[in-house]
Amino acid sequence: MSMIKTKKLIFEYEKRDEEGKVIGMNRAVDEVDLKIEPGQFIAILGHNGSGKSTLAKHMNAILVPTEGTMWVDGKDTRQEETLWDVRQSAGMVFQNPDNQIIGTVVEEDVGFGPENLGIPTDEIWERVEASLKAVGMIEYRKSSPNKLSGGQKQRVAIAGVVAMRPKCIVLDEPTAMLDPNGRKEVLRTVEELRRREKVTVILITHYMEEVIDADQVFVMDHGHIVMQGTPREIFSQVELLKKYRLDVPQVTILADELKRRGLDIPSGILRKEELVEALCQLN
Amino acid sequence: MIRDITIGQYYPSDSRIHKLDPRVKIVSTLLYLISLFTFKSIIGYALATLFLFFCVRMSKVPFKFIVKGLKPIIILLMITVVFNLFLTPGGKLLFHAGVFKITEQGLRTAVYMGIRLIYLIMGSSLMTLTTTPNQLTDGIERLLRPLNRLNVPVHEIAMMMSIALRFIPILLEETDKIMKAQIARGADLESGNIIQKAKAMVPILVPLFVSAFRRANDLAMAMEARCYRGGEGRTKMKPLVYRSSDRIAYGIVLAYVITAFVAGRYIPFKIWIF
Repeated sequence: MSMIKTKKLIFEYEKRDEEGKVIGMNRAVDEVDLKIEPGQFIAILGHNGSGKSTLAKHMNAILVPTEGTMWVDGKDTRQEETLWDVRQSAGMVFQNPDNQIIGTVVEEDVGFGPENLGIPTDEIWERVEASLKAVGMIEYRKSSPNKLSGGQKQRVAIAGVVAMRPKCIVLDEPTAMLDPNGRKEVLRTVEELRRREKVTVILITHYMEEVIDADQVFVMDHGHIVMQGTPREIFSQVELLKKYRLDVPQVTILADELKRRGLDIPSGILRKEELVEALCQLN
Repeated sequence: MIRDITIGQYYPSDSRIHKLDPRVKIVSTLLYLISLFTFKSIIGYALATLFLFFCVRMSKVPFKFIVKGLKPIIILLMITVVFNLFLTPGGKLLFHAGVFKITEQGLRTAVYMGIRLIYLIMGSSLMTLTTTPNQLTDGIERLLRPLNRLNVPVHEIAMMMSIALRFIPILLEETDKIMKAQIARGADLESGNIIQKAKAMVPILVPLFVSAFRRANDLAMAMEARCYRGGEGRTKMKPLVYRSSDRIAYGIVLAYVITAFVAGRYIPFKIWIF
């Protein structure tokens, strides 16, 4: 059974003028067909307003499709009875670290999810400890979230989701508001979690550098999925990526330019080391 | 300037009073405050004083911290005392100058009222100084749970209180940021009279409100995403459980309340007019 599956998913919202009158419909997500298998690391790339966040909110049943269907772990997100199962199996981390921490102490915040699920007290403590350890924040368990850096707050938010033991974690631009250090910190945490806990990770972002390790990448534009494939397949189509207003990493652009000038190097180069290697092989 | 505001000020320490269950502290404070209003003679107040000082000593909170809490009510205190002193009729006339008259009854009520107000503030400050805001909300939630049957959303109220507490520092920081941003754009927040100053606050309050609503919206979504669905079926990470020290504390408080009540009302002991 796929972790997440959509069929002709459409989400529309009303476009309003300044007086609040409806002047038309906006399609944020348009006929998206998607299939994500358990244990995969999926990245969804897209420029601002491409519909990637709207799609992400469907995976947690915060939004429900206008047309079409979305199944999370085999459950239709529109079904009221299984709504909470859906939310438990697909945990969600949001963009703003300040606006998703509920507790006044780190450990209380991590315990918030399990408390809502009705887990017995002893087990809540075990889960809180395990998930804080998993994100490397155990020594801050008694701190106030206000005293943490952005990256640390985001790791606490991830721990809060992990404590609910989800099968899949959806990260909706978790690094957009962080500095480069915080960004690295969060990505490293996600990577480690994925390896150790074997959860499905869906990373929504507009930084192409973050998706290099993904098993599969989807590129969205205007509500459609316009590209789909392994990072290498995606990154080798530099012209197309530029058309979708994505910031292609400099190495990839450089490699692409060199290749077009007739150098014999493979397409879809993702890392600096790879380019160096390829250049050294030339004679 | 704004950062001086401390709501729910807490004095960290590891005294026995700090470790008590918040419910014990809330109920005891209430009982203490009620007891203050039942005394008829000085002996009751003497007992109340002893008990208060005993608690302060136990809590290891420096005395001046508790006195600090009296500052905001000094004016109220003066007004109450002065009005009671000059305007209560009854008893022997002690002092007379023009329209100002002090009667025996007046002096007595004024002194009692003053003591009551001071102890009222000191008693409740002792509670907030020794209990973290979180424990306080937990305690209130648990104590008010019977009201659930009257359809009072007790859990929701407690949740709102704790979220408000969590967002106070964030919103203060934001206010600071907006103020600086507006000053950088040439806003004049310092000069002018009170009305002009109030008007100058508008460009700070509007963006603050907008951002507060946005935050509230985000937070609601995050809470829902983490399966929050009200108080039903929810377990507690830190449930409140009475321990033996809490029972002993209840015993001590009850003993005080009963002794002070009986002594303050029925023992005919008098020093001069009190």
